[in-house]
Amino acid sequence: MSAAVSEVVMGTAPAPVELERPDVHEDLGADRPWLAIVWNDPINLMSYVTYVFQAVFGYPKAKAEKLMMDVHHKGRAVVANGTREEMERDVEILHSYGLWATVKRDD
Amino acid sequence: MSTVKKGRKGVVVRLEPEEAALVRALMEQLVTLLGDAPDGDDELASIGIADKAEKPDDPVLARLFPDAYRDDGDAAGEFRRYTELGLRDGKREAAGTVLGALADATSSGVDTVLDKEQAQAWLRALNDVRLALGTRLDISEEWYEEAQDLDPRDPRTAMFAAYDWLTMLQESLVQAVW
Repeated sequence: MSAAVSEVVMGTAPAPVELERPDVHEDLGADRPWLAIVWNDPINLMSYVTYVFQAVFGYPKAKAEKLMMDVHHKGRAVVANGTREEMERDVEILHSYGLWATVKRDD
Repeated sequence: MSTVKKGRKGVVVRLEPEEAALVRALMEQLVTLLGDAPDGDDELASIGIADKAEKPDDPVLARLFPDAYRDDGDAAGEFRRYTELGLRDGKREAAGTVLGALADATSSGVDTVLDKEQAQAWLRALNDVRLALGTRLDISEEWYEEAQDLDPRDPRTAMFAAYDWLTMLQESLVQAVW
């Protein structure tokens, strides 16, 4: 990911107005064996990726930023877990935003 | 110089005439690129399912519609079959929203107010255009240094400049939408 020339000011923006759905991905139990993974790429902006995580998953800004930094530094991050259908739906939405996302069985 | 601000009625975007012309040209190219929907049975296509779907040969389309499974070609193909037509529609619509706003451009440029949904469409469409340009330019994390070393007569110089400007526009739009 790249930071724009007009540098991203971390932590100063207000919380998003729109929380599209509740955070239902905290439970990492055996009944949620599929993962949605976002991969690092040099084009998507760090701020935009954080914004997308908030808009798509309703994550609080701190969690969205942590996931974004994981993608940036580790090359990828698990952004959601659930049933296969749920993860495919999430990945489809992430593709609509231009993020490079994949589905994987949790093993 | 373009400005993007959060206003009372939404996000206010002002573009100079040449900036509006650049965005319009790039959005039109994106729509053209998205134009060729995969071949498919009409009945299925009408509900967003392709008859068959393979990863596009064009690297830009492959980036806009990446494989959803890394190590499972069959699953990636099935996912593509069920999602790509709808994703293409969504991207075309987002680009159309931008083109619609630009259609009101005057000799002094564009001055438009975007509601939340329109601002989202702008974000996604600008990002798609950046993905397209960035993929064509084979952008890396060090692209800025690379661009500065280019011969000014190299045709990529203008593309890098457009990419840089789009990046700033998108960054200010993200901040205004947040």
